[in-house]
Amino acid sequence: MAGVLARIVQGTKSHLGIAAPLATISNGSVRFQQTESQGKTKFGPLADSDRVFTNLYGRHEWRLKGAMARGDWYMTKNILEKGTDWIVNELKTSGLRGRGGAGFPTGMKWSFMNKPSDGRPKYLVVNADEGEPGTCKDREIMRHDPHKLVEGCLIAGRAMGAQAAYIYIRGEFYNEASNLQVAIAEAYQAGLIGKNACGSGYDFDVFVHRGAGAYICGEETALIESIEGKQGKPRLKPPFPADVGLFGCPTTVNNVETIAVAPTICRRGGQWFASFGRPRNSGTKLFNISGHVNTPCTVEEEMSIPLKELIERHAGGVCGGWDNLLAIIPGGSSTPLIPKDVCETVLMDFDGLVAAQTSLGTAAIIVMDKSTDIVKAIARLIMFYKHESCGQCTPCREGVSWMNKIIYRFVEGNASPKEIDMLWEISKQIEGHTICALGDGAAWPVQGLIRHFRPELERRMEAYSMTHGPSKAERLY
Amino acid sequence: MLSSLRSGVQSLWRVSSRALQTSSTLQHDSLFVHRDTPEDNPNTPFEFTPENKQRIDALLAIYPDGHKRGAMIPLLDLAQRQNGGWLPISAMHKVAELLNLPKMRVYEVATFYTMFIRRPIGKYHVQVCTTTPCWLRGSDTVLQAIKEATGCEVGGNSPCGKFSISEVECLGACVNAPMIQVNDDYYEDLSIEDTKEIIEKLKRDEKPKPGPRSGRFASEPLGGLTSLTEEPTGPGFGLQDALKA
Repeated sequence: MAGVLARIVQGTKSHLGIAAPLATISNGSVRFQQTESQGKTKFGPLADSDRVFTNLYGRHEWRLKGAMARGDWYMTKNILEKGTDWIVNELKTSGLRGRGGAGFPTGMKWSFMNKPSDGRPKYLVVNADEGEPGTCKDREIMRHDPHKLVEGCLIAGRAMGAQAAYIYIRGEFYNEASNLQVAIAEAYQAGLIGKNACGSGYDFDVFVHRGAGAYICGEETALIESIEGKQGKPRLKPPFPADVGLFGCPTTVNNVETIAVAPTICRRGGQWFASFGRPRNSGTKLFNISGHVNTPCTVEEEMSIPLKELIERHAGGVCGGWDNLLAIIPGGSSTPLIPKDVCETVLMDFDGLVAAQTSLGTAAIIVMDKSTDIVKAIARLIMFYKHESCGQCTPCREGVSWMNKIIYRFVEGNASPKEIDMLWEISKQIEGHTICALGDGAAWPVQGLIRHFRPELERRMEAYSMTHGPSKAERLY
Repeated sequence: MLSSLRSGVQSLWRVSSRALQTSSTLQHDSLFVHRDTPEDNPNTPFEFTPENKQRIDALLAIYPDGHKRGAMIPLLDLAQRQNGGWLPISAMHKVAELLNLPKMRVYEVATFYTMFIRRPIGKYHVQVCTTTPCWLRGSDTVLQAIKEATGCEVGGNSPCGKFSISEVECLGACVNAPMIQVNDDYYEDLSIEDTKEIIEKLKRDEKPKPGPRSGRFASEPLGGLTSLTEEPTGPGFGLQDALKA
């Protein structure tokens, strides 16, 4: 999930005072940002030889032998011997941005770990607590290409001088955790990780920690708390995990996909990866296309591919044709929806979607056709957030419950049109007033609904008052 | 019974007060507090089996000294598995003893995470995902079919004692929606017939084949691949110059 649940702005600005290009990304409409195209104007489809996840669909052997035949663990020793700076530089050149949702530049994140050591061990934590509704990309990596992740842990660990990696996998993914555990055992037996990993003289362990069903544990500090055996309640930042993280030691938390593409980037070069997509949005990305499409699927594509092309090429088009499209949630449940006219032209990358007042998130596309009760669809998401709020901050715990109550009345229309603004106000009061970004993630879908479907809400209220008489809310306000 | 009582009280409440505060409660969650019952009370004996004790040693080994508490969730999960899918309070006490922690620290964790079930449940725990991506593809009908086939309500046990149904949040298989999880296995791309068939098989204690039911293998588009049609490239493909010896 949770990338969407990581606020980049706070991270960059207060953490290190970097005036990174990303620092301009903040909440709401300020997020607008233009990317100038440099030469390349057509994005996608990707050639098979340029795909990172060549066993995405599990058609080939996922174990060590098969993984090596597909080029995993090839020259890993040489990459490790190139050293920290070389690996971090490759990542910086590649322009890889975190794939968990927030889109923080990975090379920069790893470089935060290379401060002079104070004797504490360092840890890499891999966030495999995939729970954002719509998102199911990490699952495919862990069950069909686990060696990419294990190798990625080793390379990322080397880049930040970590002594061990903990992979926090959501508890429901039992079979995926089992595949991953087998892959780790194979790698230990082959001497690829553990003492003197790959013969490079570097010691590195990889552990799997299974969670137990809490969406909030996808937030990085909640995840750390959870590995420490506590309730998954996010911590206040600062101190950031790079200073005080897992077991009080410097820690970096990365998404599965981010870690799993790192070995391929190192082998084929940052330049190769940067050649895909628009500048500052480079690379390839796993897209999940679910909802009302003819053939829902997970697919790896070039960044900046037009949304319409992505759906028509890989997902068989919207049910009943493109004209039957109502709205799309482009990046997992936390991102505001976009209506059909925006979907026509929008490009699937960080900047393109920010310009459309939404966000790339985890690139989990939820398609809704005209048969959808759009208010109920969003109401169901708010119920999800109500259920998953950890209860630590009042605006989120109480506010999301209020939103849930109000929006379920909106489904029937049993409400006053004045309450639409009230709901907007509540969502704004939650957004940005909580420790973690779950509150933001709950507020944005509501804001998207009001922004684009206000007439629909008003129509329902009118229809309700025609049949039932004025609603109680109408009489009260 | 409790829930019907509650909704009865609520309907009274609804008449007499402002409608604004009374939208229906959707019952996802179990009770937070513990109530002693004959099956679940502090005196129920609980001891890990010798095999599980070995597993505990292996689990504790992955956490650094002084932070063995990290093994809390894995240990509770182990206890739950040993105890037939639910976690009695005596098992929590056992875990607290093993980790040398106050009992409260274990209660906190056991109540926070939804996968710890603190009431006796059936042999087959059917978890139906009803979050938006699954709902769009018809999870409501799947849930209805399961309720009818098992005679069990959400959050309860079936009369035969074999099934328990939960309505859960996103299980992370959205492109294979609608889907259910039975114990550890995912059943995906379900139609109502598939769902009924799965329940019938479970009633006979046969194990239905997990995975998608639509004929696809995993998350590829049904009816023909749109990518990855070529053989995967081999080792060293596209190797950058810096790594070439």
